Amino acid sequence: MTEDLSQFFQPGRVHRQIYTDSAIFDLEMERIFGTAWIYVGHESQVKNPGDYVRTFIGRKPVVLVRDAGGTIRVIHNQCAHRGSLVVANDKGNAPEFQCCYHGWTYHLDGRLKAVPLQHGYPQDFDPGNPKTAMVQLPRVTSYRGFVFASEAADGPSLEDFLGYMTTSLDDMIDRAPDGEVEVAGGVFRHAYDGNWKLYLENLCDAAHPLFTHRSSIDAALQQSDAVHSDGSGEIAIRQMRQNGAPYSFWESQVGIWTYPNGHSYLGDYHDDAKLVAAFKDPVFRDYIAAMEKKKGKDETRRVLEVRRWNSNVYPNVSFMSQFQQLRVVHPVAVNRTVVHTYNFRLKGAPEKMFRDTISFANTVNGTGSLVLTDDLEIYNRIGMGLSSAGAEWIEIGRGMQSDAPVEHGGRRGQNSTSEVYIRNMLDAWLGYMTPPPYPPPQAGEGREGV
Amino acid sequence: MARKPKRSQKPAAPRRRPMRSAVRSARLPAQQALDLRRCEQFLLHEARLLDDGKFDDWLALFTPDAWYWVPSEPNQADPFETVSLIYDDRRLLETRVRRLASPRMYSQEPRSRASRIVGNVTMEETGQNASTVRSKFMMIEYRREQQRLFGGTALHRLVQNDGRIMIAWKRVDLVNCDAPLDGITIPF
Repeated sequence: MTEDLSQFFQPGRVHRQIYTDSAIFDLEMERIFGTAWIYVGHESQVKNPGDYVRTFIGRKPVVLVRDAGGTIRVIHNQCAHRGSLVVANDKGNAPEFQCCYHGWTYHLDGRLKAVPLQHGYPQDFDPGNPKTAMVQLPRVTSYRGFVFASEAADGPSLEDFLGYMTTSLDDMIDRAPDGEVEVAGGVFRHAYDGNWKLYLENLCDAAHPLFTHRSSIDAALQQSDAVHSDGSGEIAIRQMRQNGAPYSFWESQVGIWTYPNGHSYLGDYHDDAKLVAAFKDPVFRDYIAAMEKKKGKDETRRVLEVRRWNSNVYPNVSFMSQFQQLRVVHPVAVNRTVVHTYNFRLKGAPEKMFRDTISFANTVNGTGSLVLTDDLEIYNRIGMGLSSAGAEWIEIGRGMQSDAPVEHGGRRGQNSTSEVYIRNMLDAWLGYMTPPPYPPPQAGEGREGV
Repeated sequence: MARKPKRSQKPAAPRRRPMRSAVRSARLPAQQALDLRRCEQFLLHEARLLDDGKFDDWLALFTPDAWYWVPSEPNQADPFETVSLIYDDRRLLETRVRRLASPRMYSQEPRSRASRIVGNVTMEETGQNASTVRSKFMMIEYRREQQRLFGGTALHRLVQNDGRIMIAWKRVDLVNCDAPLDGITIPF
């Protein structure tokens, strides 16, 4: 592998090697997951001092924890003695962390608390050394409850990194009448034999449902609505039918907006008629009443007019504010990826609304869903297909001619069948992967803006 | 290309006969209780239909307002407050089974082959016309060079009407329900 990674790009094309080369994967873990702001979890998962969640930054095991003073920390999940994983449970509450090998004990913020047989260590052994600890990540910041961490001591602030995508996170929260959301309703964990980038590169892809999801679209279209449903099947079937919308819908009603650092979202163009239709739902009417009581009519209307589907914060998280979903990508190896998906409860909203959130999650994120199973099949097939000696260059140029600049430093696709967001992610990829000073594209090279 | 599940497998028919006669004998005018023997026979019949890919026949075992549930967490309290690997009301279950017959169900191209073993059958509640049955199962699924092993506990609520046994609801708790898994496409 050469250090000049720009050779893997041509206008509208990317070389297949960046999805299959384990040396490139190792470099991604160092230069992307080792420097960018990585989504770690939500504050509601660690409400009280001692609450912790075990997770990963790239391949590295870490712990998200609220320390004794109430501060949220992210610490490496490794004993400073002989390297054992310290926290083994997925989540819990603990007064301190203790390694089960020789009993080294740590404060909740990762500082070493006690070492058995300490008299036996050399004189320069300093239990107060911050490197002899469950080492803290240098930067941990929350944006309105969404916790990100970076392994880089220096770099852009979280808000600068998020840029205009803060509005998508705002939309998650603003939809709660009480102005707060909390993680609830369990987790889905999916695994596939393919590269981590493939997952993100599918999340704004409005051109695939008609093909990939054909079986669930057909089965849903043929389903009689007279058959008994407790409400959950009704939501699932409606969503599957929606996937069958013709290209003309995706090319006229839906758009993709992309922003610096690889971020993007897929959204509906606002249409009052859709809101009016929702008003017929009694639960939605109760919800609007709760919103108007807390926020007033104008603010409620403004919130409900924001229509975003998937919002992607590169490189590891995607969320959907309308149905309160969030997906976290965990790269395991160049050809192995695990995805965890979460739901959020809107505080102050009618209880019944959360049932709809769960039904929606089962439909689009469920391990046994009629939709996601075919997406996982695609990721697996790309994983297998890329190992062939077929076409070297992957085509990501659809809609390239009509990319247009938008506010906040972004670039918009003409419509939602544009692959602009993949090009945008890969521009960010090249930016991270090329050590500073990052050379700007040469004039006439034809690659799109960075 | 994927093939549709075969509807009739004549060579296998003679071996199925004892099972059918067991079910048929339940249609006697004086309805027998839903006891352990009849429930166990029914579970074996169900597993056989699934192994044979006769998903339409499997669907026909469910009552018109049945549900089929595979929780995502051990001891999950309900399917409405927590996500589920599968939670199908009758309407969605019909859609699921219809999709299984589609040649464009790419996650079943090629098709899985599966073998289920049902055992440790016990009665949680026995009634004349409705019983709750607990059983253990193991399912080996083979597809495209990979074999997966699933195991766990099933709870069936069985009801009978005119001697015909049907599933009012079925809950399947996988031992590894919270593991990172590739897609689950065929029912347990």
